[in-house]
Amino acid sequence: MMSFSEIETVSKRASKAIGYSWGISEEIGKSIRILEMFNLPGISTLNQYFKKIKNNHPQKLKNILKINKSDDELCPIYTGVSILDNCNQLEDLNIIKFFNINYPLLIIPFLSRSSEIINKPIHVILDEGKYILNSNKTILTNIEKSNNSKISKELTIQFEENKNLFTDTEWKELYKLSEDTFVPETDSLKNSAAGAGLTDND
Amino acid sequence: MINIELRHPEDVMKLSRLGSFHQSKLSFLRSFIREFKNWEFNRDIFDLDKNGYGVVVYSVRKNKRIYSLICFSQHINAEERSDRVIATKWDAAFVLHDGVPTKNDIERLKENVPKQEIGRMSNKELALSRANKSVRIFDHVVNSLSSGKQPDVNLLNKVGYLYRTTAVYGSGKFGLADRFRIKDRKEICGPFRLEMMLVYLVRQFTFDQINHISKMKNPNEFVSLDKKIAKNLGIGNSTGLGMAPFIVNHPTLLHQWIYNREKALKEIRSIKYVSKKDIEHFKFCLEKSKKIIDTWYTDSKYQNKKIKSLKNDLIKFNEYFSSLKLISKKYLWNEIFLWIDKYLDEECSEYLISMMMEPYDNIIEPLVKNMSSDEEKYFNIPSNRKLIELKKIIETKYKSILNINFNDKKSNTFFWFISKNKEEPRIANRFEEYGSNLEQPLAIARDIKKVFEKISNKNLSKTVADFLVDNDELRHVIRRIFISEKFQYSEILDNTISETLIPIDMLRLKLSFFGAQKFDPRSDKWLRICMYQGAPLVNEIKNSDDTWIYDSIN
Repeated sequence: MMSFSEIETVSKRASKAIGYSWGISEEIGKSIRILEMFNLPGISTLNQYFKKIKNNHPQKLKNILKINKSDDELCPIYTGVSILDNCNQLEDLNIIKFFNINYPLLIIPFLSRSSEIINKPIHVILDEGKYILNSNKTILTNIEKSNNSKISKELTIQFEENKNLFTDTEWKELYKLSEDTFVPETDSLKNSAAGAGLTDND
Repeated sequence: MINIELRHPEDVMKLSRLGSFHQSKLSFLRSFIREFKNWEFNRDIFDLDKNGYGVVVYSVRKNKRIYSLICFSQHINAEERSDRVIATKWDAAFVLHDGVPTKNDIERLKENVPKQEIGRMSNKELALSRANKSVRIFDHVVNSLSSGKQPDVNLLNKVGYLYRTTAVYGSGKFGLADRFRIKDRKEICGPFRLEMMLVYLVRQFTFDQINHISKMKNPNEFVSLDKKIAKNLGIGNSTGLGMAPFIVNHPTLLHQWIYNREKALKEIRSIKYVSKKDIEHFKFCLEKSKKIIDTWYTDSKYQNKKIKSLKNDLIKFNEYFSSLKLISKKYLWNEIFLWIDKYLDEECSEYLISMMMEPYDNIIEPLVKNMSSDEEKYFNIPSNRKLIELKKIIETKYKSILNINFNDKKSNTFFWFISKNKEEPRIANRFEEYGSNLEQPLAIARDIKKVFEKISNKNLSKTVADFLVDNDELRHVIRRIFISEKFQYSEILDNTISETLIPIDMLRLKLSFFGAQKFDPRSDKWLRICMYQGAPLVNEIKNSDDTWIYDSIN
């Protein structure tokens, strides 16, 4: 078994060899490490993508809009780095759509890191599948590893607000139950067990 | 109360100074010995033939945690023995295993550990190493012990070890466990702890093996290696350029090491009244250490010049120190430091700074716990920040770098690369050798200056993200610039591709934090050192004193 350190180093060096700059290659190394740590096929996907671009290095994405349509296929790495670099501004767009992204799994770790930077969950809808990314701590998906797409017709990114998934009533019910661990307060306990002084107006 | 500042990075982070660092109480092998005192040690398997070839397993235990060193020794022909990284066979190979190895583990490791870089470890293994005998010493010791005599101590002092490691690997190399898997373990809280553990146990292997071979050779007359003599033997290490990129590629870790050293100095200089006991302890360590300098043998002109300068400056210091009224003087260490800084060369200044730490466990111990860094936290570039901020950081943090003219061939002579056959770092002249198109991103000063020049023509109200769209070839250094904003000692403020570069300065910086001694450069690109010379033997460690490093030959 390869260690994650080897995975990161080899991905970084291979990325430089295929034509990315050292700085971008460092980002790729980190990203493939993240994918493999989350048990997603990073090395295999990167390898396939590099075979595709070997003789035709992809164009950079200069500017990200709410809807990004292009005749060219988009590079998941340049797109991912661009989102990562601009995530603080991009979250204001709430929803961003990309069409024709190559090997879309490769964009996921950049979005996962963006989620950590903006401290908000990001949902990614990828053709028929979905990823939920939370602060680079979890990557949830309903996409089978074997069903790893070579190009996505449409990829939608949704910046989610941090919100609870439960109702007020559900919370109150659970809170009430939690109160059963508290000791009812008596006058005597008020005087002897509380930390502060009897008067706090001084 | 006087206000004593940390030394400025422009003074500290120059290669000539960093290459003059010496071991200190902060060094990893010393802090390891202090931490290792209450571990239980066992020799679990000792299966060597009469020539000392076979398998040995040692284990160390603290509470429920067990680490095992598995040693494989074999016969190699004299012409196969090489310290160079191109070697493919070694007298002995070692692996530190997490827990107690099963028979299957040992069989698996027997197939892989002796092969080193082309073998595969698993994440149950933590560190990997190999070593060659110092043949002139080894044979002499075997011949002496097997004929009932102790070896010639003067000869041993010249070398200082029986075996010399030629690499110690950890942190995910060749399938070893990644650092994140073990970094939160309480019992191994400092950097390179497991590597230090491996080397310490290898030292014990060398004693056990040589006693065994000597006994097998002549069971009737054999005597064991005298413990005092054994204690004076460490483990050698032959180190090439691999260490140099490490200190460039781990800027926040480098900061932690230097910052804690500088913080120690600042705190010591800030002591208002220095006790008589502390002065005596300083004098005690200094006097003992001076004798050890006489055992630093090298053929290197560069190193001999440094040793000569150290010895001359120590004479000057002695005269100065003897003339001082030590007791009741306020801020004595500060006064001494200011004198040292003004009148002595870097080699001796840094030596005395290490010595000044000796009396102060209370200052050093809390710092030892801060020698690691969570590097991942600082990887992201804060790309929403403005170019004007980036420019200001460069102007403030890299002032001297901006004065270098990289159009001058002399400032742009070398390139760093990774060799194809061993995947090891190398350095070559870009105007004479092939391969500079595959240069590694280690020309930090040159690339920082490029960033500065490029942004100077830009609209400085733009963001770093805007700049990166068309300048991603500078992304790797922009990341570093923001790191240096937070971590003042994270960068070597010198030119690592200059014609005047002495790469071994970079190696010595790292080795001094390991606690290495006896720097013996074999060229400007590799050197031999000695570790654990004078260290307590495993059965003495419980009651050992931290000044053991000055005990060798004393």
